[in-house]
Amino acid sequence: MSGMAPQVLFQNRKPDRIATLDEYRKSGGYEALATVLKKHNPKEVQQMVQDSGLLGRGGAGFPTGLKWKAVADNAPFPRYIITNIDEMEPGTFKDRILAHSDPHMIIEGTILAGYAVSAQKGFLFVRPAYESSALIFERELKIASEAGLLGKNILGSDYSLEIVVHRSGGRYICGEGTAQLNAIEGRRPNPRGAPPYATDKGLFQRPTVLDNMETLACVPHIIRHGGEWFKSLARTKGAAGTKLYSACGKVNRPGCFELPMGTRLSEIIEEHAGGLPPGSEYRTCLPGGASTRFLPKEFYNIEMDFAPLKAIGHRLGTGAVIVFDQKTCLVGAALNLIEFFVRESCGWCTPCREALPFIRDLLWRIENGEGREEFIPVLQAMCKHTWKSFCAFAPGATMPVESLLTYFGDEVREHIGQKKCPYK
Amino acid sequence: MLPKELQEDLEKRVAEAEYPREMAIDVMVALQNHYGHLSDEAVQEAAGLLGMTPTELEELATFYEFIYREPVGKYIIHVCDGIVCWMNGHQSVLDYLCQKLGIRMGETTPDGLFTVLPVCCIGYCDRSPAMLINRQVYGPLTPEKIDQILQKLKAQPPRGAGRVK
Repeated sequence: MSGMAPQVLFQNRKPDRIATLDEYRKSGGYEALATVLKKHNPKEVQQMVQDSGLLGRGGAGFPTGLKWKAVADNAPFPRYIITNIDEMEPGTFKDRILAHSDPHMIIEGTILAGYAVSAQKGFLFVRPAYESSALIFERELKIASEAGLLGKNILGSDYSLEIVVHRSGGRYICGEGTAQLNAIEGRRPNPRGAPPYATDKGLFQRPTVLDNMETLACVPHIIRHGGEWFKSLARTKGAAGTKLYSACGKVNRPGCFELPMGTRLSEIIEEHAGGLPPGSEYRTCLPGGASTRFLPKEFYNIEMDFAPLKAIGHRLGTGAVIVFDQKTCLVGAALNLIEFFVRESCGWCTPCREALPFIRDLLWRIENGEGREEFIPVLQAMCKHTWKSFCAFAPGATMPVESLLTYFGDEVREHIGQKKCPYK
Repeated sequence: MLPKELQEDLEKRVAEAEYPREMAIDVMVALQNHYGHLSDEAVQEAAGLLGMTPTELEELATFYEFIYREPVGKYIIHVCDGIVCWMNGHQSVLDYLCQKLGIRMGETTPDGLFTVLPVCCIGYCDRSPAMLINRQVYGPLTPEKIDQILQKLKAQPPRGAGRVK
């Protein structure tokens, strides 16, 4: 199967270096931009992207075209486009792989999105651990500007866009769209409430569109080949495009793979990630990063797409599959994950600030032989409280714990009964 | 006091930004590169450059993982403790590293060369267990690799704390 999967986003991927501007152009790069600037107004670009069925790849799966259309025709200027490269969802590294493969695809996608919403300035928001990506983008943005693809009067048109790299100081919450606005503004990056929506009053209170990097990398291809073609790439009905899946944890070949949207989980793990190491048996996975639920074994063949996962009460998230075997303690895993969220919570609202450390404390006791049966309903209640928090951070944070209790309650009770971690 | 060249460079970059505050992280990182960490003096200077109050800047300085308000070594080792590294032996990597350096998590070696700090998932899960040293990634780590890395770093002059360019 792997040999047959069309490579769109990874078409210029090489083992050891990025594709140059020339290489990207040779593969058809920046043709979409030239076409759009000559033949299409921004509204037409919005429509093309909406018709393609492109859904945001950062985890929420919101229709990209609809988001762009939310910028009102008479919205004030300047307007901003932000490309979210603050990839901090544990287990996720697809954006880094793509940034290190074909930076101009991301730059072109950002310019096209900027054009679609008539933005004057763009930001590539990059996390500190991806300093190598930030350096690549700074260099390639300059090269694009020198080639007339960026800056004043792009390719001789009326459209001008400046793009800068914005380096984060490093906090998970900055990946949340509204927190990212505050981060760029040089304010403490707590999330903002909506309304007003960013498309109305976003960065510096101006209309702003913020999209995940992988989402925008799809846009040049949609414009060049059309929405029907984009839909035909997907394996599941009603879905669209390819997806940068990754697999890591207990697999032989951890990596990132471009596959049709809706590729089955079992295929990703076995054919692309080389299956599990000798002695390891598949037990469960987090299908899309740390803020998704442990997926029970019965769904091993699930189509990895937004709708099929939603239908069974799960989330695709970032499509970053973290594989666990029968020898890995899931209480320990959930403890590691909640520890992450406790550290990264911005502390703005009480359900998040109070519930997460409370959950960590109870899990720690269970893992270390001090657990009691009555902790279980308390943990369940605390997980529910997080749904009353200010942003989506805390409900995401409790998904591993909640699903641990739902699907792997026996293992939790074994810890409590034996007064120790049975894996130690 | 900042050297004239750095002062002027930062003034220019702040002036070029649409809003000076946009540059807050870049300015803090530049000053911490210069001083080795973001000292109280550096917070004052950064605030002056950005037209912000020191308190406003402190709100940011204390928020971010890669801003160091206390002295750190010339090489800042952030050992990833994300879920995948946890599964792949993060604890033994950390124990070995600390034992080699003779320090505990959060401490700096007496020669001022190395500081060991935690960091959440750095997005190198395909090279796990991994760590960052002055924002450069190393992984997958083994005791032998850690030996080689430390040996190499001891032999070469550092580019500066957390220095990115």
